[in-house]
Amino acid sequence: MNSKKLQNEKYHISAGAKMVPFAGYNMPIWYTSIADEHNCVRNNVGIFDVSHMGEFIVSGIESIKFLQKITSNNIEKLKVGNAQYSSLTNENGGIIDDLIVYCLSINKYMLVVNASNMKKDLNWLKKHNSYKAKIENISNSISLLAVQGPKASSLLNTISNADLSAIKFYNFIIDKISNIKNIIISATGYTGAGGFELYVSNKDATKLWNKIIQVGKKYNLKPIGLGARDTLRLEMGYCLHGSDINDQINPIEAGLDWICKKNVDYIGKNTIDSDRENNPSKKLIGFTLIEKRIPRSGYKIFNSNGNKIGTVTSGSISPSTGKTIGLGFIKFSEIDYKKSIFIEIRNKKIEGKLSKTPFI
Amino acid sequence: MNLKKLKYTNDHEWVKIEKEFAIVGITNFAQQELGDIVYVDIESLNQKINKGEIFGTVEAVKTVSDLFMPISGKVIEINEKLDSEPELVNSDPYGDGWMIKIKIEDELEIEKLLDFSSYENITN
Repeated sequence: MNSKKLQNEKYHISAGAKMVPFAGYNMPIWYTSIADEHNCVRNNVGIFDVSHMGEFIVSGIESIKFLQKITSNNIEKLKVGNAQYSSLTNENGGIIDDLIVYCLSINKYMLVVNASNMKKDLNWLKKHNSYKAKIENISNSISLLAVQGPKASSLLNTISNADLSAIKFYNFIIDKISNIKNIIISATGYTGAGGFELYVSNKDATKLWNKIIQVGKKYNLKPIGLGARDTLRLEMGYCLHGSDINDQINPIEAGLDWICKKNVDYIGKNTIDSDRENNPSKKLIGFTLIEKRIPRSGYKIFNSNGNKIGTVTSGSISPSTGKTIGLGFIKFSEIDYKKSIFIEIRNKKIEGKLSKTPFI
Repeated sequence: MNLKKLKYTNDHEWVKIEKEFAIVGITNFAQQELGDIVYVDIESLNQKINKGEIFGTVEAVKTVSDLFMPISGKVIEINEKLDSEPELVNSDPYGDGWMIKIKIEDELEIEKLLDFSSYENITN
């Protein structure tokens, strides 16, 4: 069996999904329409197969020291049952990857990383493991199904053992759903719509997917592709590694100050703290445009004098509002929410304004 | 719309011949490949454009695609409804989602267009 294959690939194909290769997997980008799927998650509930994500288990008596050295958030705040958004940063403070760290039990953690960065992250972990921590890559035996939207907990509660609405944001339990045991049920997501991420053993992934699809009928649940995942996260202003952030960008520049703690020591801390104190030269900022033309990665951003002040990293039409939205790096000295900006889209300069995020 | 009576191109446009005029749009296959269409940019009204040249662009959430003239001619009408409702190209590609009307310049070019079954072969 090909290990880089979604357990539910057959479902996606037979449901008519448009499939695209991504990080070695064949992934559904949309089933019917990005806008319909997007709105289904915002207003109702949808299920994503995001099993391409990478999962590592880090354990051992010094695992907490190890994780504090390589991640920028405060690992000591993380108790059993908590999840934490964090970043792996290099010596220059650049973001090697953003990730979620789960404390499964004392001295045992799960790291959830971006699929495209998995190998690089694993090498980085091994390189800095002077703490005899045990590092296991379990990505090829774990599937990740995300059930997202305001009706996610009502839906899952019909088949769960525990009352899932009691799980607080960025907390998790390990329990059964519909007689499938040992599912990590995490109140996290990449949509801003609420809901859960379910980490399940590959052998149970099809059973769980089918069960949720079946009970989801009553809730008008739809399967959701990566296209809507991208528009949902963009409406919230969440960064996508590889588009908005990379190992040349530090968390301060990306507006992720809150995942870099001053009172802990980690690789890259000096640059990050210095940028925090003195302001970075550029910053990731949201913007909106007055026309419905999509600002795409790499497009140039100008001020009203015609000087280039930045570059687009992500953009789309918000399916929720119909407005053109995007993220891009702007020179720190040019950040002014009142002034117009101009983005060059196929030889035309389209007017817009900088905007706080989330966009909705 | 009887799809069997339309002509097609390798670039996934359909052409409906009406005497010396031709109506042009993109096929159902094309709209499915593009996904949600958010902008149709056609600024070639009253221009004479040769076969194979670009008459506009269509912008979908994930991609931008050029639109090519299936036959040479003058663009005499554009579908203004697409300005405010570009999604018509997705929902009704052969009807309300039409794009331009052309005054045909060279009728011999019509014969070089694909018929329904030839077009079906390239999309299967």
